[in-house]
Amino acid sequence: MDRIPILKLGNALLVTIQVDMHDRLATALEEDLTARIVSAGARGVLIDISALEVVDSFIGRMLDNIAAVSRILDADTVVVGMRPAVAITLVELGLSLTGVKTALNVERGMSMISGLGRLAALDADDDGE
Amino acid sequence: MAPDAHKAIAELLASQEDHVLREWLRQLKEDGTLDSGRIRENEQAVQCTQILRQLRQGAQGGTVDLSNAAYEPLRDTLADLSRSRALQGFTPRETAMLVLSLKEVLFDALARQHPDDATFLAKATNQIGLLLDRLGLHTMEVFQQSREELIVRQQQEISELSTPVIKLWDRVLALPLIGTLDSQRTQVVMENLLESIVQQGAEIAIIDITGVPTVDTLTAQHLLKTVAAARLMGADCIISGIRPQIAQTMVHLGVELTVVSKATLADAFALALARQGRAVVKVRPAAPAADAART
Amino acid sequence: MPTTTVSERLEIRSSDDVVRVRQRVRAAAVATGLSLVDQTKVVTAASELARNTLDHGGGGRVDIDTVEGVRKGVVLVFSDEGKGIKDIDTALRDGYTTGGGLGLGLGGAKRLSNEFAIESAPGKGTRIRIARWK
Repeated sequence: MDRIPILKLGNALLVTIQVDMHDRLATALEEDLTARIVSAGARGVLIDISALEVVDSFIGRMLDNIAAVSRILDADTVVVGMRPAVAITLVELGLSLTGVKTALNVERGMSMISGLGRLAALDADDDGE
Repeated sequence: MAPDAHKAIAELLASQEDHVLREWLRQLKEDGTLDSGRIRENEQAVQCTQILRQLRQGAQGGTVDLSNAAYEPLRDTLADLSRSRALQGFTPRETAMLVLSLKEVLFDALARQHPDDATFLAKATNQIGLLLDRLGLHTMEVFQQSREELIVRQQQEISELSTPVIKLWDRVLALPLIGTLDSQRTQVVMENLLESIVQQGAEIAIIDITGVPTVDTLTAQHLLKTVAAARLMGADCIISGIRPQIAQTMVHLGVELTVVSKATLADAFALALARQGRAVVKVRPAAPAADAART
Repeated sequence: MPTTTVSERLEIRSSDDVVRVRQRVRAAAVATGLSLVDQTKVVTAASELARNTLDHGGGGRVDIDTVEGVRKGVVLVFSDEGKGIKDIDTALRDGYTTGGGLGLGLGGAKRLSNEFAIESAPGKGTRIRIARWK
């Protein structure tokens, strides 16, 4: 079975989900990420879902789980690139994913992981302000 | 089996087309279809001529069954006509009368052509009546549907016009809401806001509700859904423009707005800038307008 | 105006089938001209119900109907011969679950659809019909 690749970017792990995952793939991703956070000593996990057209409660639960586990392992999880239609549907579904941090794209997400929160993210793209 | 009503129509329209057309137009004029001025006499004549030609074409297909392929040109013509009338503001009556007045004219013409065959006349009249009733129904169905589509389109436009999204500053946008927030409008508002967040790369969205007359539990829910959706995409929201009365109502209703709120848009903007680590500073004394124009 | 319905039946026996259901419902939604948001809603609802059919119904099937008439839209019927739902009202309430999940499947699918109907009883299996109209 194919597994979703996990990249190491500095002190963070980057996962780009580009396929419509079946449940086994999602569960495998959760396991792989947990293992990698520990082995890489990562401070953060970036999950890029900009290619996902559908996020249902199973995937939502997966994102919540990853966030919870990484918090225990002293790492931040940021979900980036959620599409408008997906956001609207998730809210209607009743999933607000409050345990998960969010950002518009990978760059902003990365700066959120440095430990300074959104403030750092907002300054990151500025030219010296 | 019914007499060859379709043949009767075909023959009638072949031999008496001019007469039937004249009588039909006269009937329509008498009914007052030209009074509103929405259609001119010669335009009506052109439409009616085409309808008669295509009716003959249909009847030549061998049946009075409207769903037969031979009647397709006629159905299409009536549908187009009906649709354009619906959009131009014709009344339902004017549109229905077009087809129904043709009935009487055809009956008269048929009677004159077969004066001695009462049995045939009775059956043929019945068949033709059915055909034209169905044509009338078809016309009205399209009319109704076109009107409904128009209303939906207008509602959409109103929704969109009353929810402009404004770029206040780099990565800060404002959404001044005007009017009531029902679930239909919330949908449009949410979509507009979220698309703008993506397009502008916004991180802070200020939703100003000065123009929203009442905030009850339902409105608050819609607002919170919008805020939740924006957050899922990585943008924080600030609500501004909460009037004292609104604040009181919300407390009484037990409505809890779990999002940062400020009294005015200006306050919300200041907060947004502060969050971004920005400040507005004075670099030189304010110049009078005339001087500024010269430099 | 005549109504035409194009029907497609998919078996739901594995989690790969759930993915297939999402794809086919998406195709139906696109074919019928639903807006992007409405497409996403009906596909997400289908995903929830398909998973329910698999996890709680012991596997089943879905009938996907693409309807074009006075109304245009997608109608989905999920059915299984599983052990049925004892208390439908409780099951529709958010947070209820027997399987350790978020329990949003039924309630969520209902909120995402224009129409929702469910028939189920212990020992009689389950049949759920949802519709999303343009």
